[in-house]
Amino acid sequence: MTRLLEWLGRGFLGLLLAFLYLPLVIMGVMSFNRSPFYQLPIDWSTTWYSQLFANAQLMSATWNSVTIAVTTTIIATALGTAASIALFRNEFPGKRILQVLLFPPIAIPWLITGTAMLVFFFWVGIGRGPHAILLGHVALALPYVIVVVSARLQTFDPQLEEAARSLGANQWQVTRRITLPWIMPGVIAGALFAFAVSFDQFVVSYFLATPGQATLPVEIYAAIRKGFTPEINAVSTIIVVISMALMLLTARFFSFGGER
Amino acid sequence: MAHVSVRNVSRSFGAHKALDDVSIDFPDGGFYALLGPSGSGKTTLLRLIAGFDFPDEGQIAIDGDSVERVPVEKRRIGMMFQNYALFPNMSVRDNVGFGLSVRGEPRHKMAAEVQAALDLVQLGSLGERRPHQLSGGQRQRVALARAFVTRPRVLLLDEPLSALDKALRVDMQFELKRIQREIGITTIFVTHDQEEALTMSDRIGILRDGRLVQEGPPDETYERPGSAFAATFLGDANICEGIAIEGGIRLANGTEINIEKPVKGCTRCAIRPERIRIATSGAPIPAGDNRLHGTILRRVFAGNIITYFVDCSGLELKVLVQNDGSIQPYINDAVRLHWSKASTVPIVSD
Ligand SMILES: Nc1ncnc2c1ncn2[C@@H]1O[C@H](COP(=O)(O)OP(=O)(O)OP(=O)(O)O)[C@@H](O)[C@H]1O
Ligand SMILES: [Mg+2]
Repeated sequence: MTRLLEWLGRGFLGLLLAFLYLPLVIMGVMSFNRSPFYQLPIDWSTTWYSQLFANAQLMSATWNSVTIAVTTTIIATALGTAASIALFRNEFPGKRILQVLLFPPIAIPWLITGTAMLVFFFWVGIGRGPHAILLGHVALALPYVIVVVSARLQTFDPQLEEAARSLGANQWQVTRRITLPWIMPGVIAGALFAFAVSFDQFVVSYFLATPGQATLPVEIYAAIRKGFTPEINAVSTIIVVISMALMLLTARFFSFGGER
Repeated sequence: MAHVSVRNVSRSFGAHKALDDVSIDFPDGGFYALLGPSGSGKTTLLRLIAGFDFPDEGQIAIDGDSVERVPVEKRRIGMMFQNYALFPNMSVRDNVGFGLSVRGEPRHKMAAEVQAALDLVQLGSLGERRPHQLSGGQRQRVALARAFVTRPRVLLLDEPLSALDKALRVDMQFELKRIQREIGITTIFVTHDQEEALTMSDRIGILRDGRLVQEGPPDETYERPGSAFAATFLGDANICEGIAIEGGIRLANGTEINIEKPVKGCTRCAIRPERIRIATSGAPIPAGDNRLHGTILRRVFAGNIITYFVDCSGLELKVLVQNDGSIQPYINDAVRLHWSKASTVPIVSD
């Protein structure tokens, strides 16, 4: 009986993984197929990759996406971590309301957030462009970072900060040497979220992008509308490989969910 | 070396007064034991002196200077927390060295001092372990080493030895006392162990419901408790209640108990169980001693000491007798009890 359940469980897990990864694998394989019409048998070639590197528009969009995502990650992680620590250390009137208000932006559809941002940015004179996209992405990523880091802080014993202070450590030393090392897995997880929110972002970027200054998802969308080219497969494959490598590396260094 | 003074300090949490108008002088270089039942405000007082918390009323001064505006990290205190608060992400060595490293002490000097401190608490070989790889008693000693390695002006210890077994505890008491005397740190020490308080400290303070009910050197505090609470909390005591008469008290059963230094109108007195003697039949009782006839109700054998509960016409007294090899009475034996007037302490308050 238990053996049967075990096999059922393994089967289910296998199906789940297949469901998740099969489309990605097919995309990856097809990016190496010379035929643009997915013809079999596969005629192996790297022609789409050379075409991709020759496609200035896609390349610049990729570069835009990467810089915006990295900048968003740095800003949102720094601000979000600082905010989480401040919320953890201090009691002030309105704190609970502030904490509760952090959640709705996560649930509000991006289409609505994007429209609202577009209207607001025009109204206050920020307008559109990479700077507007960056601002929008930081705003979208911030709640994720705060929620993840705060969850990690819940497991932190505030008496450790007191102990450090009693030993002569100032506020900055306490934060750097006691608090940050403890919440680091949360900070890394928050940073990954921030990166994903920005790098994956289509809707908000679409609203805030100016022609010729778009991010990769926006550019891919535009390219698909004009007619699909396997270059898209190539760029997507590169991105999948890089993000998976990143994720696996972090997972190796920080065991999420368990104490070290 | 520092003198800590606490003046009329109160601290409330909501409606609950954790400390109520407490004034204590902690003498320079002295070893002060704070005693009191759970929830009496001992930790609260330490936290106020450390600067983690602030009094609602009253002042705290170190070496005559008010520390009201001095943040924790500038007070030069060493604190040992009731639950140790060791840094989980650091090795034992780094835990102990933390205070020195934030002061920017050179590495080689630091390493030597940390090793010396670890040797002192007999953990010299466990420097590379993480706190979660240590036993409770080992953690406690790491916390102790971490607190004194920076040579603070004041050492605040919240039940520092409670997790140790008897032998290690005695060892640590000795070491602690030695370190304290050597460096001359003013030490404030919270303990639940009255023997520890009596043997180690120069002064004892007893807290009850946030109030300081008794204070003084160990022998004085033990010999002349001011209240029934102090008498029974520090050591053991028989409390006799009656009506006030000239020179003593008359009990309900008619017996008169004489007190050497009577207090006018005082209706109660305390007698330590070890001060009461059981007279062997026929032996003379010293003149002037208080005396009672009784019957032995219960007998508790504890090796070196035998405890008797003796019924003296309605008054139950506890008597401690050294198990010195002489013939000891047994249950239901009729005995004569006697003790000196000097051993009878008038009790004026609860
Ligand atoms: N931060 C706080 N908020 C609310 N009440 C508190 C707080 N700290 C202490 N108290 C209360 O103040 C009283 C004194 O607490 P304290 O920790 O000083 O007791 P203690 O003498 O150290 O007891 P123990 O021997 O159990 O450690 C207790 O009733 C406790 O519940
Ligand atoms: Mg306590």
